[in-house]
Amino acid sequence: MSTVTAPSMFAPRTGFLARANPVVKLLGALLITLVIVVSADPVTNAVALAGQLVLLAGVGLGPWRLLTTLWPVVLAAVISGWGTAMLSTAGGPVLLHVGWVSITTGSLAAGAAIALRGLAIALPGITVLLTTDPTDLADGLAQTLRLPARFVLAALAALRLVEVMVTEWGVLAAARRARGAGGGRGPWNALREFGGQAFTLLVQSLRRATRLAMTMEARGFGAGPRTWARTLHYGRVDVLVGAAVVLTAVGALAVSMSLGTHRFIWQ
Amino acid sequence: MTAAGPVPAGAAVELRRFGWHYPGRQDASLSEVTTTVAPGERVLLLGPSGAGKSTLLQALAGVEQDPDGQSGSGEVLVDGADPRDARGAVGFMHQDPETQVVLSRVGDDVAFGLENLAVPREQIWPRVRDALERVGLDLPLEHPTTALSGGQKQRLALAGVLAMRPRLLLLDEPTASVDGQGAQELCGAVARAVRDEGITLVVVEHRVALWESVVDRVVVLDEHGRVAFDGPTHETLHEARALLQEQGTWVPGWVPETRPPAHRSDSRAPATGTGTGPASRAPSVEAPATVPVTATATATATAAATPAASDGAVLLSARDLAVSRVQPTRRAVARRRRRARAAWRRGQEAPEPAAVPDVPVAAENISLDVRAGRALAVTGVNGAGKSTLALTLAGLLVPVRGTVRASARLAGDAPRDPSLWDGGELVARVGTVFQHPEHQFLRPTVRQELEFGPEQLRRRAGVAHRTDPPATEDDAARVAELLHRLRLADLADANPFTLSGGQKRRLSVATVLAAAPDVLILDEPTFGQDARTWQELVDLLVTELDRGTAVVAVTHDRDLIDALAAEELELGA
Repeated sequence: MSTVTAPSMFAPRTGFLARANPVVKLLGALLITLVIVVSADPVTNAVALAGQLVLLAGVGLGPWRLLTTLWPVVLAAVISGWGTAMLSTAGGPVLLHVGWVSITTGSLAAGAAIALRGLAIALPGITVLLTTDPTDLADGLAQTLRLPARFVLAALAALRLVEVMVTEWGVLAAARRARGAGGGRGPWNALREFGGQAFTLLVQSLRRATRLAMTMEARGFGAGPRTWARTLHYGRVDVLVGAAVVLTAVGALAVSMSLGTHRFIWQ
Repeated sequence: MTAAGPVPAGAAVELRRFGWHYPGRQDASLSEVTTTVAPGERVLLLGPSGAGKSTLLQALAGVEQDPDGQSGSGEVLVDGADPRDARGAVGFMHQDPETQVVLSRVGDDVAFGLENLAVPREQIWPRVRDALERVGLDLPLEHPTTALSGGQKQRLALAGVLAMRPRLLLLDEPTASVDGQGAQELCGAVARAVRDEGITLVVVEHRVALWESVVDRVVVLDEHGRVAFDGPTHETLHEARALLQEQGTWVPGWVPETRPPAHRSDSRAPATGTGTGPASRAPSVEAPATVPVTATATATATAAATPAASDGAVLLSARDLAVSRVQPTRRAVARRRRRARAAWRRGQEAPEPAAVPDVPVAAENISLDVRAGRALAVTGVNGAGKSTLALTLAGLLVPVRGTVRASARLAGDAPRDPSLWDGGELVARVGTVFQHPEHQFLRPTVRQELEFGPEQLRRRAGVAHRTDPPATEDDAARVAELLHRLRLADLADANPFTLSGGQKRRLSVATVLAAAPDVLILDEPTFGQDARTWQELVDLLVTELDRGTAVVAVTHDRDLIDALAAEELELGA
C-alpha cells in the first residue's frame, strides 16, 4: 500500500567518479572485466577486486556503502560460491561431511574463487551505472564511440519511462487495494495479485511507449543527420580514472604472474 | 521576440477527400473531408469523441499509424507536400504530459528536436532559451523533467515544438490533463506564439471557451466523421450550438442540466423553514462541533423523501491531520496494522505510532467531517496535497500526524481507524475512484468487473461466519441496475481496457459503487471529460448522495462543486 519513493535513477550524481567522462568509465570497466573474465585463478580476481575496492573507497564509495547498496549482488556471489563448493570434486582434507556432500579444502577454494570472480566482474559495471548520468552516457556512446544515435536515444528515452513505471507501481498497488484486491492469503493469491498488477502495468507501458514514439517522431527523430547540443569534456579527472583502472588491471595480472598462480581460463 | 533567423510564415494545409477507416470497425472515423487551411489561419476542430479528430491531426503531423496502408484514403498536403517529408515544419502535441517529455533535463528536452533537425550546436542553446522564455517556463536548463507538474510538462513540450520553428502547429487536446490555471497559461503561450509568427494552428479541444478568442475559424465534425459546420468562430459556434451540446462539447456559457441533491433542493425552498439555508451548508471545517444540531434539522426535512441515510451524520472525521506520500515501508505498515488490530481486539485503544518528523508533508492541520448524504469538495492549487489527503481519508495512506476516524456507524464491526481495514472491510465502507480508471481494472469483462466488489464482500462474510456466502440475487440486481444506469449494458462482455475514455470513467465509478460503500472518494472525477460524461457522472453522484452516501471529490471543477452542492475545503489557502 505504501507509495514507494524509489531513489531516482536520474537524481544528480555527485562525487569524483560522477565528474569523469562516461566513456572513460565504461572502457575502464570493460578492461577490468576482461582481465577477470580471461583469468581463472583466485589471486588475479582477488587483487582486481581489492584494487577496485581501494579505488572506490578513494572516491567516497566505502565498503560499507557498497555492501548496503549492492547486497543482492554480494548475496548472489556467496550463493554461487557455496553451490560450487558443494559440487566441486577438488580434493584435499575433508572439512564437512553431510550425506553425499563432502566439503574439502579444495572445493572450498574453488567456491571462494567463484564468489570472488562473480563480485569482481559485477562491480565495475554497477559502479559505472551508479555514478553515471544516463544522458551523459548516451552522449558518450553516440558521439565518442559512434554507436547509432537512433538506438542509443531510443534506449535513453525508454529508460526514463522505467522511472515512471516505478512510480506507477506504487499507485497501482493502492488503486487495487481500494477495490479490495490482494486480500487473499498465501503464495498463490500473492502470485495472482502480482500477475494482475504486472499485467496492468504492462498495458499502460505499451500505450505509453506508443505515445512516446509518436512524440519523438513528431520532433524529427528518425532518419537523417543529427547534431548534438551537448559537448563532451575530457579532463584531468579522466586521466586519473583511466590510469587507476589500467594500474588495477595490469597490477592484478602482474601480481598473479609473479607468484606463478596465473591461469587463463583456456589453460 | 525572436532575434535570430527569418520569421517563419504559416504553412498551407490541404485535405482532399481524406478518410480514415480502422480495420474491423463498422463505421469510418473520417469520411471524405475536403478542406483547406490558409497560411496563418487558426482553426478549432470539434466533434464527438471517436470522430477521428486525433487521427486527422496525426495524419497532418505525418505520424499516423497505418502499418498496412488500409486505413487511410484521400490526400493530406502541407504546403503541397506529404507531411512525412516536411520534418520540422509541423509541430505536434498530444494530451499526455508524461509522454511528451523525452529527456530527463529541461534544456536537453527542448534541444532534442533541434538536434534531430541538425541545427548547428552554437544555435541550439539560444533557441532553447528563447523557446523556454516564450512559454513562460523560467527554470534552469539542468532542472529535472520529472520534477515538473502536468501543466509545466505540457508547456515544456510546447517549448520543444516552438524551438523547431514550425509553420504548422497541431494540438490534440493539449489541456485535457491540466488544471484550470495550467490550461490558461498553456493557451496564452500558444496564442502569443501563433500570433507573433503567423503560424498556422489546428487545435482539437472540447473546452471551447478556452480557445474561442485564439482561433478565427471553427470546424465541427458529425458522428460519421463528416464536416457538419465550417466557418468563422463566432457564427459557427452559434449555428452549431445544438449539435455541439448534443455531442458533449463544452460550449461557452453552458453547463449540462442536472438534478440537484435532495438536501439541496430542500434547503433551496425557504418554505420548509426548519433553519436550514446557509447554516446547514456552512463548511464544517472550521467548526466541526457545532454542526450536528443544524444537520438534524435538515434530516427531519428530508426524511420523508429519502429513507434514513441522507441525514448528514458524520461518517468519517479527520483531526489535525498531516498527510504525506512518503510512507513507512510496506513491512512497517503491515506490522503496525497487526499490532493495532490485536490491541483493538483486546478492546484497547490502538497505540499511537511514533510521529515521524522529517517526512516532507503534503498538507497539514486539516480537520474535517465527511457526512452521510453530503458532498465535500477538496480544492486547491497543484501540489497542495489534495490527492494525498483523499488517499489518507480512504485509509490507503497512513497519516504523518493526527487522526482519521470512522464513526461507529461506518466502522461497524471493524476498527475505527480506516488505515487498519483490510481490502474487504475497505470496499464495503469507503470506495475510492482513482484519477486513471485503468489503474483500478481487475477483471477481463465489464460485468465481472462490477461483480468483483460484491464477491469480495461475500467471501469476507463467509469467512467471518464460517458459512456459505449468502444468495447473490441482490448482487446480480445491483450489477444489472448499474449496467443499465451507466449505459454499459451493451458492453457487459467487453474488456474494460477497450472502452472509450468516458465509458472507462463511468465504469471505474460503477465498480466502486457495486460494493455499496457508505463513503465515496473520487480523485478528479470530471477531469478531461466531455459534457455528456460529466452530466452522467453528476447524475450518478447525486443519486448516491440521495441514498445517503457521503461523497468526497478532489476537484478543480467549479460546476461540479455547484452541481453537488458540496462544501468546499481549500487546501494551501
